[in-house]
Amino acid sequence: MSPSRRLLLVLVTLSAALLLAAGGALFVGSASISPSAVLAAVSGRAAPESVERVVTLAIRLPRIAVAALAGGALAVAGVGFQALTRNPLAEPSVLGISGGAAFGVVIGQSLGLGLTLAEAAGLTGFAFAGALLAAAAVYFIAAVGPGLSIQTLLLAGVIVGIFFSAAITVVISLMDFNRLGGVVHWLLGNLAPIPPGALVLFALLAAIGFWLIVSHARALNLLALGEEAAVQLGVRAQRLKLTIFAGAALLTASVVAFAGPIGFVGLIVPHALRMLLGSDNRLLVPTSFVGGAIFLLLADTVARNVVAPAELAVGVITSFCGAPFFIYLLRTRYRANL
Amino acid sequence: MLAEFRNVSFAYPANGRQRSFALSEVSFGIGQGEIVGVIGPNSAGKTTLTRLLTRVIEPTGGEIFLEGAPLRGIGRAELARRVGVVPQGAPSQFPFTVGELVLMGRYPHGPGRYFESPRDRALAQEAMAATSVLELAELPFDDLSGGERQRAMIARALAQEPRLLVLDEPTAHLDLRYQAEAAALMRRLNQERGMTIMLVSHDLNLAAEVCDRLLLLSGGCAAALGAPEAVLEETLLASVFGCEVIVDKSEGVGRPVIRLAWRARATTRAGRGGGESGSRA
Repeated sequence: MSPSRRLLLVLVTLSAALLLAAGGALFVGSASISPSAVLAAVSGRAAPESVERVVTLAIRLPRIAVAALAGGALAVAGVGFQALTRNPLAEPSVLGISGGAAFGVVIGQSLGLGLTLAEAAGLTGFAFAGALLAAAAVYFIAAVGPGLSIQTLLLAGVIVGIFFSAAITVVISLMDFNRLGGVVHWLLGNLAPIPPGALVLFALLAAIGFWLIVSHARALNLLALGEEAAVQLGVRAQRLKLTIFAGAALLTASVVAFAGPIGFVGLIVPHALRMLLGSDNRLLVPTSFVGGAIFLLLADTVARNVVAPAELAVGVITSFCGAPFFIYLLRTRYRANL
Repeated sequence: MLAEFRNVSFAYPANGRQRSFALSEVSFGIGQGEIVGVIGPNSAGKTTLTRLLTRVIEPTGGEIFLEGAPLRGIGRAELARRVGVVPQGAPSQFPFTVGELVLMGRYPHGPGRYFESPRDRALAQEAMAATSVLELAELPFDDLSGGERQRAMIARALAQEPRLLVLDEPTAHLDLRYQAEAAALMRRLNQERGMTIMLVSHDLNLAAEVCDRLLLLSGGCAAALGAPEAVLEETLLASVFGCEVIVDKSEGVGRPVIRLAWRARATTRAGRGGGESGSRA
């Protein structure tokens, strides 16, 4: 089967699964609303101010949208960082990039930024600056030896992550006590419905980041040959690396700003798809977006319902899945590299 | 001339304590259909020459011409359509199949294309057939033996449809059988397809066997340029490589055969050792 037909087939299947998961998530939640009431709300037959209409369309639907967007963005950022560093274990949270972005967001929040359209844009700006800062730090630490070896890069990421989480604690300690609850809630990686304006902005930023990476997917494959060999095949490697980095950082920053630092999605989803499709980034990037959306949507549905009427942060679920998965990869597949 | 170096110099930027290495005032040309060998000891500037020819680095002096036009005016993709490089050593931890690798050679012919065209696929197949790796197409590249990897890398370069094929140390780390295979493959590509080849190698016998002309580099300078019989000369090689060699040009051998004069070298070393102990005493 040609790669294009394969991509189409997998994308159609995954998209159908995403629709199914999204539809299913609409029916479950801590508020007990009957399926028929949900259907009534969706089809517009429910009364404008009724509970089922508010819960279904103003709480569950936006939250589903945030989950799908954040999951897709994180998975694509993972693929981008993995190709960029030629390191299969690279991922926004493992590399400390999420931590840097979170630090930026906390600074923004301490300055009073919320989620109105303009403020959300500002918050994303802070997140992006934080992501760049963290990436620069990781690169600076890891570039001591020749090349970027797997273990140095991971170590650098962990160190930068620890540093930024300490920095976040400092900012939080200085924060007004009344705002603390919201910040901590967000910091755990928590999907919450966000206002329509902010949602549109999130979608736009995710689309830009996705486009920057997917449009260079073919050249990204050539980077696996080594940078010089890629250049000798006509790839403008320096520009490619900057573009991919900007795209992956933008995706990470927007997710952190709108949903919090959720870990491991960028590791789990691309790896699962790699087992199915191989390493071709032209297949991985688009399918990772849909796969990431499905994964985080399912994780959030579990988080919302497993301890109902209380809720878990979705970051807890992804870390519970991701940490063992990371160890598994480390002990089996990449043992030889370490 | 297909490619021409005119008084080309290059100095690596001297950062800190690192020794800056230079290629100085090197001039030579590669004619259409020729096999030209670039030989010389380690760090004589052989690989620098390849990197200059593919614009990985730019000369600090002089100028390189490709089909009469200055190289610096040729864009990356355009250059990759004309010059195909088989780099020294194969990539490790390379997560693609042989077929996927060879298709990467089609990138410069349509960098904006998301998937390769049917024509790209056909040309990649043909390139794999030419180096006998077609039956390995579905295998992961990492599963191949050294010689198979080399042939896959050559197929990838052929898929670029280059006018000039550059092979950088094609037999390094390969055992005898693969060395013979590589030599036969080069000759076949040259004779059947009229492929112009620049062979960069420190293997003097391989170079003598397949090349029409040789460029001998020494410390960044061109020490000799000409037919193998003229360049491979005992006193010249001895001064460039710093050891005694025997060049056998006798009838029936064909191309010159170079042998290291083990006994002569041992004598030199013993002499130097004696000198050192003398100074220590």
